[in-house]
Amino acid sequence: MRSLFLLLLALPFAFPMQAQNLSKLPAATVTTLDGRKVDARTFSNDGKPMIINFWATWCAPCKKELSAIADVYEDWQARTGVKLLAISIDDARSMARVAPYVNGQDWDYEVYLDPNGDLKRALNVNNVPHTFLIDGNGEVVWQHNNYVPGDENQLFKKVLEVAGKK
Amino acid sequence: MLHEPRATWRALLSIALVTTVAAQAQEGAQISGNFSSDAQYYNEDEDINAVVPPERLSAQGWMNLIYTYKNFEAGGRFESYEPALAGYPAGQPYRGSGVGYRYAKFTVSDLEVTVGNFFEQFGQGMVFRSYEERYLGVDNAMDGVRLRYTPYKGIRLKGVVGRQRFAFDNGFTKGAGVVRGIDAEVSLNELLDSAWTSPNNLTIGGSFVSKFQEDRDPLLVLPQNVGAGALRANYTTPRWNLYSEYAYKINDPSGQNGFIYKPGQALLVNATYSTRGFGASLGAHTFDNMFFQSDRAAPTPFDLNINFLPPLAKQHTYNLPATLYPYATQPNGEVSAQGELFYKWHKGTKLGGKYGTRLALNYSVAYSLDSAATNDLTTTRQGYSTNFFQPGEDLYFQDINIELRKRVSERWELAFSYLNLVYDIDIIQGKPGKPVVHTDIVILEGLYKFNARNSVRFEAQHLSTAQDQGNWVTMLAEFTFSPHWFLAAMDQYNYVTTGETFLEDGKNEVNPNRLHYPIGSVGYIRGGNRFQVNYGRQRAGIFCVGGVCREVPAANGLTLSITSTF
Repeated sequence: MRSLFLLLLALPFAFPMQAQNLSKLPAATVTTLDGRKVDARTFSNDGKPMIINFWATWCAPCKKELSAIADVYEDWQARTGVKLLAISIDDARSMARVAPYVNGQDWDYEVYLDPNGDLKRALNVNNVPHTFLIDGNGEVVWQHNNYVPGDENQLFKKVLEVAGKK
Repeated sequence: MLHEPRATWRALLSIALVTTVAAQAQEGAQISGNFSSDAQYYNEDEDINAVVPPERLSAQGWMNLIYTYKNFEAGGRFESYEPALAGYPAGQPYRGSGVGYRYAKFTVSDLEVTVGNFFEQFGQGMVFRSYEERYLGVDNAMDGVRLRYTPYKGIRLKGVVGRQRFAFDNGFTKGAGVVRGIDAEVSLNELLDSAWTSPNNLTIGGSFVSKFQEDRDPLLVLPQNVGAGALRANYTTPRWNLYSEYAYKINDPSGQNGFIYKPGQALLVNATYSTRGFGASLGAHTFDNMFFQSDRAAPTPFDLNINFLPPLAKQHTYNLPATLYPYATQPNGEVSAQGELFYKWHKGTKLGGKYGTRLALNYSVAYSLDSAATNDLTTTRQGYSTNFFQPGEDLYFQDINIELRKRVSERWELAFSYLNLVYDIDIIQGKPGKPVVHTDIVILEGLYKFNARNSVRFEAQHLSTAQDQGNWVTMLAEFTFSPHWFLAAMDQYNYVTTGETFLEDGKNEVNPNRLHYPIGSVGYIRGGNRFQVNYGRQRAGIFCVGGVCREVPAANGLTLSITSTF
């Protein structure tokens, strides 16, 4: 059993990989609030940057982050065309709360459910909140774990860089 | 009872080898993963009955690796518990180091095949959910084969077979029973595509799951194959979402139900309505004899669960309500309901002010199931009879809570919460003889921004009750320096203890001293890496994620946590 692990460890050195820190979105299915299934590989924003944010209704810093971004989201969109996908990892206990919560907060994000953690696992998220920035080619160019007030400014700086607006 | 996954593994390994060799010359292969580690040094502290393991230092960690190349994916997790943290995991002990999870997966057009470990869920999980909550130590991963097939857009079929992860002993160990399941789901909106012009959608699904376990009981004739089925429907409009699922399980005598032959059933209904600035939801469910584990003699309710029964109560995020009195589902019998409302007064309105005001109202209640003992343990062994939808006389749990959140100026944001809980600590936490806890909790939270990067957040929480441990105050201050640092200090003070004042509590288990539980934390975050150090007292409490909780013992010491995503 251990040999597989060593093999996996050795893989990055065994053959040419893509450039550092660049990875495409993985194959994992999430659910829209109206019950349709969407493959994460099809996430797209027509060549403009995209933010993927993992959150949950029971996670206080997650909600603070999404609320803070909601205050400036219109401005971000106008300047860069960025789109935020909010992936809720709420499970059967609280997934029914997601739609009323999101609307109650008046958030303008594209919201998906990941109740059994399939996309969370595929993107190697340990805990929420966790934010990924995807460039126009669909590659993960930056990520951040945790949230403290002000982090949204750093995120927007990166969005500007990716959008070529810096 | 324990099965070594070695043989399957060798086969997988050779597949992986061949594939990687083939991939060598080509681009597009990707490796990603994550790492998480916690180490804790334990001080002696008799005042709080702190746990001190003989090793003095606990260290645990794991790393996941995922390799993808085109339509092929393989992954694994190496885990180490030398030893596990006190109170971790929720179920059977984890010991030693080894491989805890590994799989290979490929997709050919509409078919996806997974061999090895996988997590899967049918519907809301009432008959089948294998999942992980790593920070609780809940992991009932399947080890076997899974197929997912989409014969037509909007039609989804799944099939699974395997055994579940049970514990960890230098590698994961598996339960005694085999689990087989199929699930089918149709989403009309996707199926009918352009013929379905309505913005509404109807999704219907059904699943069947069966477990097999040999009957070696010398006295009872036990069913070796136990089947369970579920039907579900979900209707959505832009504003409404209606969901219902019903599950039925044939007789499944087990340690958790006292080896009775009564069938189990469960019903869950939920309706939500929301528009911009307003959201409401109403839900109810009833469970009867719905423990479903792949070993009928599973040692604890945390082990080898095939299904998942969500508690219908808000999961609180503030320290006192979250860790002292969280609700947990009673699978043997429960009738519960929840109503919730979110509202936002927009900026510029009278109550909204300059920045808007947010309100959240929540009410949840759980009763026993109305039932009567049949005293037939020597004959038909049904155990009891019930009125399935009828709440019984025992109130297990009730939570009325309100939260108001408002940004009051450029620099200040305030939140106020009030909670009133009724909590049957005997039933929910298994503390026989303890009286039902009635408590009021008031919480004030404030955030002050010094500038765009630096801020301070504080919480003042007060809990009052004449039962259990008595009154608590929690004070917290957290300084944050975006994007890298945070510094926090918290004290929990049990300033009126039941040992002093509340003799009706019976046995005086609680230390009569008024105790402080101070703890300090420093954290550093950079990109996908996070480092955190805590030092101080950790109060005994309950730590929950999603629908499940584990008990954390009182401890005093130094904790270091590192997580990383790459």
